[in-house]
Amino acid sequence: MQFMLLFSRQGKLRLQKWYVPLSDKEKKKITRELVQTVLARKPKMCSFLEWRDLKVVYKRYASLYFCCAIENQDNELITLEIIHRYVELLDKYFGSVCELDIIFNFEKAYFILDEFLLGGEAQDTSKKNVLKAIEQADLLAEENRPRQFFFSLLS
Amino acid sequence: MPAVSKGDGMRGLAVFISDIRNCKSKEAEIKRINKELANIRSKFKGDKALDGYSKKKYVCKLLFIFLLGHDIDFGHMEAVNLLSSNKYTEKQIGYLFISVLVNSNSDLISLINNAIKNDLSSRNPTFMNLALHCIANVGSREMAEAFAAEVPRILVAGDTMDSVKQSAALCLLRLNRTSPDLVLMGEWTARVVHLLNDQHLGVVTAATSLITTLAQKSPEDFKTSVSLAVARLSRIVSSASTDLQDYTYYFVAAPWLSVKLLRLLQCYPPPEDGAIRGRLTECLETILNKAQEPPKSKKVQHSNAKNAVLFEAISLIIHHDSEPTLLVRACNQLGQFLQHRETNLRYLALESMCTLASSEFSHEAVKTHIETVINALKSERDVSVRQRAVDLLYAMCDRSNAKQIVAEMLSYLETADYSIREEIVLKVAILAEKYAVDYTWYVDTILNLIRFAGDYVSDEVWYRVIQIVINRDEVQGYAAKTVFEALQAPACHENLVKVGGYILGEFGNLIAGDSRSSPLIQFDLLHSKFHLCSVPTRALLLSAYIKFINLFPEVKGTIQEVLRSDSQLRNADVELQQRAVEYLRLSSIASTDILATVLEEMPPFPERESSILAKLKRKKGPGNLHPDLDENRKERSANGGTADHSSTTSNAKSSPLSFVGDLLAPASTAPPTNRPRPVSSSYLLQAPLTPIPLQASAVPVLLSAGPLFQVAASPTPSTDLLGLGSTITTQNSAPPASKGTSLLVDVFSENIAAFPVETPVAVGPVADENFSRFVCKNNGVLYENQLLQIGLKSEFRQNLGRMYVFFGNKTSTQFMNFAASVVCQDTLQAQLNVHAKPADPTVDGGAQLQQILNIECMSDFVDAPVLNIQFRYGGTLQNVAVKLPITLNKFFQPTEMTSQDFFQRWKQLGAPQQEVQKIFKAKHSMDTEVTKAKIMGFGAALLDGVDPNPSNFVGAGVIHTKTTQVGCLLRLEPNTQAQMYRLTLRTSRDTVSQRLCDLLSEQF
Repeated sequence: MQFMLLFSRQGKLRLQKWYVPLSDKEKKKITRELVQTVLARKPKMCSFLEWRDLKVVYKRYASLYFCCAIENQDNELITLEIIHRYVELLDKYFGSVCELDIIFNFEKAYFILDEFLLGGEAQDTSKKNVLKAIEQADLLAEENRPRQFFFSLLS
Repeated sequence: MPAVSKGDGMRGLAVFISDIRNCKSKEAEIKRINKELANIRSKFKGDKALDGYSKKKYVCKLLFIFLLGHDIDFGHMEAVNLLSSNKYTEKQIGYLFISVLVNSNSDLISLINNAIKNDLSSRNPTFMNLALHCIANVGSREMAEAFAAEVPRILVAGDTMDSVKQSAALCLLRLNRTSPDLVLMGEWTARVVHLLNDQHLGVVTAATSLITTLAQKSPEDFKTSVSLAVARLSRIVSSASTDLQDYTYYFVAAPWLSVKLLRLLQCYPPPEDGAIRGRLTECLETILNKAQEPPKSKKVQHSNAKNAVLFEAISLIIHHDSEPTLLVRACNQLGQFLQHRETNLRYLALESMCTLASSEFSHEAVKTHIETVINALKSERDVSVRQRAVDLLYAMCDRSNAKQIVAEMLSYLETADYSIREEIVLKVAILAEKYAVDYTWYVDTILNLIRFAGDYVSDEVWYRVIQIVINRDEVQGYAAKTVFEALQAPACHENLVKVGGYILGEFGNLIAGDSRSSPLIQFDLLHSKFHLCSVPTRALLLSAYIKFINLFPEVKGTIQEVLRSDSQLRNADVELQQRAVEYLRLSSIASTDILATVLEEMPPFPERESSILAKLKRKKGPGNLHPDLDENRKERSANGGTADHSSTTSNAKSSPLSFVGDLLAPASTAPPTNRPRPVSSSYLLQAPLTPIPLQASAVPVLLSAGPLFQVAASPTPSTDLLGLGSTITTQNSAPPASKGTSLLVDVFSENIAAFPVETPVAVGPVADENFSRFVCKNNGVLYENQLLQIGLKSEFRQNLGRMYVFFGNKTSTQFMNFAASVVCQDTLQAQLNVHAKPADPTVDGGAQLQQILNIECMSDFVDAPVLNIQFRYGGTLQNVAVKLPITLNKFFQPTEMTSQDFFQRWKQLGAPQQEVQKIFKAKHSMDTEVTKAKIMGFGAALLDGVDPNPSNFVGAGVIHTKTTQVGCLLRLEPNTQAQMYRLTLRTSRDTVSQRLCDLLSEQF
């Protein structure tokens, strides 16, 4: 996988993960182009498209689009399920995840992704193992700081 | 419970994010961000030492701001500090910031590497993982240098935790992708392969990805992985769906691992060992069988995971291309998917079938689905699916179904999406030519292409039809009749006028006997289109007219009348004016005999297939028994593909006028023929037949025809680049017939082959380290990595140039699918034409490949074109992009002038916008001789004794572009005491002054 982007229906980028070295300018250009392309597609269309010399696999979950660019020989369907597994992980961690969770806890979304995907490849596909790793990290965090009350503004 | 309760929140961060979300406008957001940035900056700069928590919070805010799309230029140091915190969350945020925002600030890199080193040796698995993730995320060369030796050790150590092993495996994979030369497995190889036997499926999953990448690089070293992979796959495939516990995904056993194992096996030919081979075949059969079983769940995740494995298995079957039964079964399975209600599956089935069509075992089986595919073309609602259908039709086409497929594609073309029309046009053109039994069908097809989608018919398509008509007597009459009829339409596409003009000019006599298409009617018909056409087409029509004068003496008067009219003789366009003047003169003074010789019918082109076809054949050739699957897929998409388009469009934009001229003129032994370059008539009289001295019109002829002549005649770099001076006479006066004619074909193939593979690669950085070294010189090494060296040799004259690019293969392995293309982006496209001659697709180990670029400067420019190189080196696709050092100063012609002249002109260029001045510090020693050499290398004449101060340097020259010439004066004043220079540029164009000043000031 070359990169993964999460963006909202309004085209706001919520998460970006790049597995190939690119300049900021190129990243912005690619993001703009892909967000536009994907948002222009109709709901029933297929989840894959050719884009430059890559294949783009995307899926919409509620208000969020998850979009991966993979290389020519990579498997489209398994990439769709990578997306799904990531959504499941977020869901399990946040408890019925919504876009706001990802906005306010963007750093967590990155940490979870790193536990699941590294260098663009699946590290561990067991949900239990990935969650265990994250929980361990959280435990370490708890030891470090007393628990704080956090956003009451979120409902 | 949501994350609210987990970890430790940062209240300030949450408030800030809310604030940003509440901003009503972009301006408000920017204001809020600037306020925050100021706050953070003051905190970081403040005297009070920040505690870890605050530091973390501010770094996190910076990260958030960056991810919103704003630039961040500070905070890196604070983030690095966090890395060495012993609090996990602080360390974690530090690493995240570094992963997202690294820049190649070398001071920091060594600090970062230090922190990573500490964490790697901490024996705390969570810290080790953070460090490994950071290396994998950044993946820079510096990190590879620091850790490529350490990570394998962690990976294979007996006491490493499973989760750390997984991270280490993928970390290594990333390093291997970015710096393959630094990742050397050596003694670890066997132990890495044995990770495939690990008890922990997560470790196996990560290791399989790593081994696949390594096996692509050095297949021989990892050969033993085949039997292990087959064994592992077999255990998974035959397991009950609950055996693998958490690795079972929606009732599918370890789908990710299965896909990865199947992918790994695609790095190798079918196993030689019969037992292993049998076991693998069993696995593949089981997977195919499972596809027929009723689904265990209605969830789409179940069917996706199951089919992901199935498609990967089919890819492996196609890759092996050795088991007819499996191939046919795969084809039948895909056939079922073609009519599946899931759009995704239909898409993938079409895609996968494309590769099946090229196997001799399954080609016929694929063909049986033709009706379904045609139906998909007509009824699919998603353009990406229709595109796949077009690809598949193209792939399954052979002589037996060509007429049907071409007809379907043509009728689809009328309603096709604009985005894929050009591609379809190309495919139809290729198929029509390839499978033409009778050429009337071919001519009809191409004319229909122009009729239905004229805008999308690129030049090479209509060039090709003319080439074929000229070479085949039997179709000439038919072609003349057909274009004549097609031209009757009240509105016809300009491409049709071009083809019509050319063909009637050559073969109009074949239909002139019919009173409905008498010479005069033919002429009137063509001329009725004249005023609606662009300059290049008009130029072509003028040549058709002079041909008419030869073919039909009875219309001579009428045509001369037309040529004599003010709109021709005094046309604002020099090309048209010159043609009109010369043709008129030629027709008035040359005898019929001379006319007949000069305007003789075009000689046949040497039979040579178009380069698109040659490429197709190569792919299907016998040497391709174990084609790399992706290569196949890629080639396919490239052949039909978008790639051809981007290239043709950029070609089409390149000065069409001179292009048509160049292309067609040298193709004949006796100019002027159908499309001659204009020739001065006074010389025609003296030497009316073959060698035509060109001095009088030397400049225009030479500018465009010169380079092409030379390319065909002697592509040695040592020859005078543009054939100025003495070479011109010999070169232009007697081009041997064969060379002359082959030119056309050369140019044809060049058009298509100039950008042979895929769209220019946009991903990956463009190397420009050596760019500035070439500003003042033309030869040297432009780029070098561990595989490839690129050398340059170039010459420039006036607004033209030629560059010889030498690609050296530094390895002992052949580079396959080698392709280099030049891309001029955005505005540069209109300012600079760079034409790459096709080069061999392979470069042997240790060998050097030469490619020639012809360059034409249209107007002044700033950006530089990019040379994109792509090739396969041992299984992996390599991409290199290098900025080509074609700079504005290359088109300098030095001008000598006296002191008086210089200062007079200097004063004339006194307007403020004409002058650009820069004062800068010397980067090199201020040696007078070196400076002189640089100014001369820059292209200006160095004027001695002009400046009253002898230590100053002044220079003068003219920048030549196709549209204008810009006079330039420059003055460089060194101040050795201060180690400073002042550089002043004055030219008549502000953009030129600026650009030259920028370029030159970098050199001292």
